[in-house]
Amino acid sequence: MPTFVRTDKCDGCKGQDKTACMYICPHDLMKLDKDGSETGHAMKAFNQEPEQCWECYSCVKICPQQAIEVRHYADVVPLGGSVQPLRGSDSIMWTIKFRNGVLKRFKFPIRTTPEGSIDCYGGKPEASMANVSKSGFFNQMNGYRAGNPAELIRK
Amino acid sequence: MSGTFENPEVVQEEVDILLIGGGMACSGAAYEIMRWADAAKRENGVDLKIKLVDKAAMDRSGAVAQGLSAINTYIGDTQDPADYARMVSNDLMGITRDDLAYDVGRHVDESVHLFEEWGLPIWKTDESGERHDGSVDMPKLKDGGKPVRSGKWQIMINGESYKWIVAEAAKKALGMDRIQERIFIVHLINDKNDKNRIAGAAGFSVRENKIVIYKAKAILLAAGGCVNLFRPRSVGEGQGRAWYPVWNAGSTYSMAAEAGAELTMMENRFVPARFKDGYGPVGAWFLLFKAQAVNANGEVYMARNKEMLNDYPPYGQAAVPASCLRNHLMLHEMKEGRGPIYMDTVTALAKLRETLSPREVKHLEAEAWEDFLDMCVGQCGVWVGENIEPEKKNSELMPTEPYLLGSHSGCCGIWVSGPEDVGAPTTEGKDGVPAHLPSGWNWGYRSMTTVKGLFTAGDGVGASGHKFSSGSHAEGRLCAKSMVKYCVDNKDLKVEFEETPEQIAELIYKPARNYLEFKDYSTAIDVNPNYITPKMLQFRLQKIMDEYVAGVATYYTTNDKMLAVAEEKLGMLKEDAEKMRAKDLHELLRAWENYHRILTAEAHMKHIQFREESRYPGFYYRMDKNFVDEENWKCFVNSIYDKKSKQWTCFKRAHVDLVDKTKLFKAAAH
Repeated sequence: MPTFVRTDKCDGCKGQDKTACMYICPHDLMKLDKDGSETGHAMKAFNQEPEQCWECYSCVKICPQQAIEVRHYADVVPLGGSVQPLRGSDSIMWTIKFRNGVLKRFKFPIRTTPEGSIDCYGGKPEASMANVSKSGFFNQMNGYRAGNPAELIRK
Repeated sequence: MSGTFENPEVVQEEVDILLIGGGMACSGAAYEIMRWADAAKRENGVDLKIKLVDKAAMDRSGAVAQGLSAINTYIGDTQDPADYARMVSNDLMGITRDDLAYDVGRHVDESVHLFEEWGLPIWKTDESGERHDGSVDMPKLKDGGKPVRSGKWQIMINGESYKWIVAEAAKKALGMDRIQERIFIVHLINDKNDKNRIAGAAGFSVRENKIVIYKAKAILLAAGGCVNLFRPRSVGEGQGRAWYPVWNAGSTYSMAAEAGAELTMMENRFVPARFKDGYGPVGAWFLLFKAQAVNANGEVYMARNKEMLNDYPPYGQAAVPASCLRNHLMLHEMKEGRGPIYMDTVTALAKLRETLSPREVKHLEAEAWEDFLDMCVGQCGVWVGENIEPEKKNSELMPTEPYLLGSHSGCCGIWVSGPEDVGAPTTEGKDGVPAHLPSGWNWGYRSMTTVKGLFTAGDGVGASGHKFSSGSHAEGRLCAKSMVKYCVDNKDLKVEFEETPEQIAELIYKPARNYLEFKDYSTAIDVNPNYITPKMLQFRLQKIMDEYVAGVATYYTTNDKMLAVAEEKLGMLKEDAEKMRAKDLHELLRAWENYHRILTAEAHMKHIQFREESRYPGFYYRMDKNFVDEENWKCFVNSIYDKKSKQWTCFKRAHVDLVDKTKLFKAAAH
C-alpha cells in the first residue's frame, strides 16, 4: 500500500532543500526529484522504494499541500478504495471510501495540549545523586507501584 | 569541507554518553537523563556531554511512529508488579527474568502518567461505566481517573500522535543541539585496552556524504527489533506492510553481538495472529468487543481444540494460555483444512448492539475503526478495497511471518544487569558459561550488557517482554540513571579505539567502494558478478530463513538437518555481504540494515539449533524434538559472538523464579 504524490499538488516544499515528507519518513523513502531526471517531474517528491512502504501515513499527514495519498498495495488489495486523513492540531479527520462507494467519516482527538507546549521539567523536582542507585525515577507522579514484598519469594 | 559520495567527510566527536535510536526507549532516556546529568554536575562536578542519534526523525521514528490505539502495559493501583511478572513469564513459556519484568512493572505507570500530562488523550470510564475518549475532561490517571481497560494490562488511548508527543518532551529535555537525526550507526567500537568495554560507535549520515565516529564512555543501544529477516507473506508492493515496523533491521542485536555482548533467548520469535494482509491489531476485537476467532465452519477453535493445551503443562493451563499456544490451536485448524480462519466481527457487534443505544452504536463503530486508524491504517486499506464493513462481513485472520523482538510478546535480546533488590541470583547454576562473563543477574549497573559501558532498553532487553511502548520508555529512563552513575563512577576513564578511524571509515564505506570500483563492468548495474545489491541480499536471507528455519513455507517447522543446511547457506551469505553494494546513501542504509538482519538471523538459527526442544509451539516446531522438555531446557539459552572468527558460542544459564508462578494456575481452576 505505497504512498504516491500528486503532480498537481506537490510544490517540492517551495524549493527548500528538504521536503516535509523527506524529513519525516521513518524509512527514508521520500525523495525530491530536483531536476526531474528520475520521474519527469522536476521539484516534486516521490516514493523511491514503494515496496518498502509501511503505509504509516507519516508523510501523508505532514504534507502541507495534502499532495500525498495512498494506493493500497496492488499485489493484494482490489482497486478503488481510499483512506485519507486531515491532521489538525488537536484532532484528525479521516475520509474513508470503499470500493463499492460507501463513504465514512471519523474524527478523533490526537492531543489535549497545544503542540509545542510541553514544559518537560516545569514543577518537577531536581534529581539527587543520593537516589541514583535506588529504584524510582527523579520524579514521582503516583505511578510507582512498590508491590507487596511477600510476593518476592527469594528475597 | 563537505564530502562527496566518492570521498565522504569523516567527522569525529567525543561524548560521555551516546544514545543510539529515537524510539520510545531512547525518548525515555532522553527525558530522564538531563535531570541526573544536572545532579552529577551540581553534586559531583562531573559535566557530562550527551548526544542522541536517530536514523530517522524522532517525531515519527521507532515502533510507535504511526501511533497506537492502546498502551499495553499499565499496571494500575490494584495489581502488583509480581502479577505482571507472572503474566510475562507464562506468555513466554516460563523462561523470563522475573527481576527485569518486575522492575518494569513497578516503574511503568510513571511514564504513562507523564504521557497524559504531556497531552496524550487517554480514554476514561465514568461512574456509570460509560466510556469516554481522551478529549473529554475527566480526572487524570495520576489523580485516580479510571482508564478503559481492554484487557488486564491494556488501556485505550487516542494515540495517533503518541510518538509525536513523547518525542516533543524528549527533544525539549535534551535540546536540539544534543540531537542529530538521519545518522545511522552501524558499528560499535571496543576499547583497545579492554575488549569487554565499549569505546564508541560509528555510522554515516543518510543525507550528507559524511561518516561519523563517536567516542563515548557509555552507550545506550536501543534501535528496535528485527523485521523482514523471513520471507513475508506479501512479496510484491505489500512486502513493506510488515506487522512490526519494516525499518527495524536487527541493528540492536547484531551490533551488540559484534561488540561481544551476551545475547539471550535469540531462539524466541513472535508470530502474531493478525487480520490477514493488513496485519491490523486484534486485541481490541478480542478484549473490548468480545469477538471470537472461528474456523471456516464458524466453530470456535480455542474451544474445539482446547484439549491440545493439555499437551503443554503448565503453560496451557493458565487463565490466558501462552500466545504461541493460541497460534498452535489455530495452525491445527488450518492444517486440517478448516480455513480460512475468521474474526467473527458480525456476531460480536450484533451482540453489543442488543444492549446499546443508537448513539452508543455509532460510538462503537467509530471505536472499531479508530483501532486501525490510530496504528495500522493499512488494515483499513484492505477493508475498503475488499468492501469489508465489520458489522456485515467477517474478516480473515492469519499468523504472520516471524519477527524478532524483546518488547512485545517476544523475549529475544541482550542479557542485561537487573535490579539488586528483588532477590535475583548472584551466582550461576549452570556449567559452561564462558569465564569472562558475569555470574548472577546483576553486576552493578541496571540495564548494562555484559560489555562495560554498553546499555540497552526496549527491544534490546532479552528474557523479559510485554513491556510494549510504555515499558520501553520506562526502561530507557532506568538506563539513563545508571549510565549517569556509570560515568560518575568512571569519571577518569579514558577509552581508546581498538580500530583506527581510517579502518572504521573504510569498513562502513565498503559497499559504496564496491559499487564505485565495479559499476562499469556490466551494462545493467544491478547484475554484476562483483557485487550484490542489498535487495537481493535480503531476498536470499528471506528465502533461507523461510525454507529452512521454520518460516511460513513449512508451517513454522524445521529440524536439525534443515538447520544444518541453513547454517551452511547463511555462512556463504555472510561472506557475500562483504560484496554488498551501495549506489547512493539510501542504498548504503539498506546495505547495512541487511547486514544487521543477516547476523540477527544467524543468531536465531544457532539458538534454535542449540535448544533441543520446541519451546514455543505455534511459533516454531523442531520436528526432531517436538516437545517441551522442562527437565533439560527450562533454562536460558545465551550466546556470544566472536567478531574475529565470526563464530557463535551457545550455552545455558539457569532459570530461577523470583515470584510464585503456581498462582497463575490456581486462578485458572475457578
